[in-house]
Amino acid sequence: MLYAALAVAAVLILFPFVWIALAGFKTQISLLLGEVAFTPTLANFRELLFSSTSDYLVNFRNSLIVATASTAIVLVVSTLAAYSIERMAWPRWTVHGFLLGAAVFNAIPAITLVGAWYVMFRELGLYNSYTAVVLAHATLNLPIGIWLMATFIREVPRELEEAARIDGCGTVELLWRVVVPVVMPGLAATAILVFIHSWNEFVVALNLTAKQTATVPVAIAKYAQEHETKYGEMAAGAVLSTLPALILLFIAQRQIVRGLTAGAVK
Amino acid sequence: MKSRTADRWLTLAPALVLFAAVALVPMAELLAMSVSHIQWLQGKAHWEFVGFDQYARVLSDSLFRAGVVNTLIFAVTAVLVQMVLGFALALMTTRIVRGRTFFRTVFILPILVPGIVIGAIWKLMYNFDFGVLNQMLGAFGLPAIDWLGNASTALLAIIAVDVWHWTPFVFLLLLAGLESLPQDVYEAARVDGATFWQELRYITLPLMLPTIAVTLVFRMIMGVKVFDEIYLLTGGGPGTATEVVSYTIFRRFFTEGQTGYGAAMSVVVLLALVLAFVVARSLTRRREVVA
Repeated sequence: MLYAALAVAAVLILFPFVWIALAGFKTQISLLLGEVAFTPTLANFRELLFSSTSDYLVNFRNSLIVATASTAIVLVVSTLAAYSIERMAWPRWTVHGFLLGAAVFNAIPAITLVGAWYVMFRELGLYNSYTAVVLAHATLNLPIGIWLMATFIREVPRELEEAARIDGCGTVELLWRVVVPVVMPGLAATAILVFIHSWNEFVVALNLTAKQTATVPVAIAKYAQEHETKYGEMAAGAVLSTLPALILLFIAQRQIVRGLTAGAVK
Repeated sequence: MKSRTADRWLTLAPALVLFAAVALVPMAELLAMSVSHIQWLQGKAHWEFVGFDQYARVLSDSLFRAGVVNTLIFAVTAVLVQMVLGFALALMTTRIVRGRTFFRTVFILPILVPGIVIGAIWKLMYNFDFGVLNQMLGAFGLPAIDWLGNASTALLAIIAVDVWHWTPFVFLLLLAGLESLPQDVYEAARVDGATFWQELRYITLPLMLPTIAVTLVFRMIMGVKVFDEIYLLTGGGPGTATEVVSYTIFRRFFTEGQTGYGAAMSVVVLLALVLAFVVARSLTRRREVVA
């Protein structure tokens, strides 16, 4: 009984993925006819990856650059900040205020800030630059980064740090030599989560990028929004865009679960 | 000791600087924009002070009002369904021994996929002419439904997408909560001959209340942010059937280029959400003390 119910749920979750993956291998005609049995073709993927009119590879590269850079910034900044609030003897109210501020900021929809970013980055001449999207993504993910890293750093035994202090370690050395190695799994969990958030993010990328810097979700939306929807290419683009997440899910499922649950419950 | 105090500030400084530059400055700019009429001439913004007129317009904007109503209906309905389904799935998963990892892996999938891809998936499934849903209806001899093009089904269709997308997340959080409950209480209850429903009513639910409350608040907030699926599937239509506040802001600010007015709308939404969040947080806090 239990297994039957869970299996039904699993099928309901998997079926739409299978459906779009199949659509990626169908021709536009086969799609429009609603054929269930069809001859698979790689035409959509070929069009997407090798056609001179398609920017998909550029979009993919842009997404990789943006997600990697914003993840790197979040990791460094949030590890430092989390260490500071957890272990540097700030008064309690400062710590609470800081974490509350982060939680409140996390509740704000990105769309309410995108307009201001658009005007600000345009005035700075940074519209349609990696810098603009990277800074926006890093800031949006900063609360979750600090929150997660604070949870992980809290678990580092204080004795380790005290021993290092007695040996004459400065703060930077202490962080690099003692804290970072201990919280490595936590850092990995944070990195994966932030990377996926940035990779998936749409509304900021849509409004701060143009042709040269557009990310993958922006590209997929374009296929879907054209006067005549290019279903095949849209599906193929969607399938390729989930590859990073799928790879991460297979090699680091535990870290993902840890990141997702520690981020929300606590 | 003195150098420690300096380090204390230095370690926190990058976060403060980033937050100030990319969050606080834009927020201040948003406020300035909201009381200005802004025109773009040759790539330069020309500002003109107009006072609070734009705020008054926001509150009487019928599109915005429709957006608020739909956003509330969407967030409340979708999240309640997700909570019930997610809790049931989590409860079932704790009661099986083999295959837990498998189900967890499958259930995580939708969480990791871009919202735009979720939109693309359902754009295919809901299609009137060749979508799989209408094909299934056809197979049973039932008439096709214009899921996204019909004002009476469009919002429901969007809610269904959100339920599919985020029930797994609720499942994951509640499962983590269930797995951390103390087991001895259950053993004691079983010794006393408690039924499944008694266990659920008197042990599981009260113990899970804090987790449930936090998950609920968290999901509601995320529900209000909905944008990607609306953008791809309906664009707020038909009429205003699926108009949500984030889409109205996008429309006014970017599609129509009403920079100042869009900013005023952003400020209203931002303040409302911060207020809602603070209230919800203090309420769940009190709950935790009681439970």
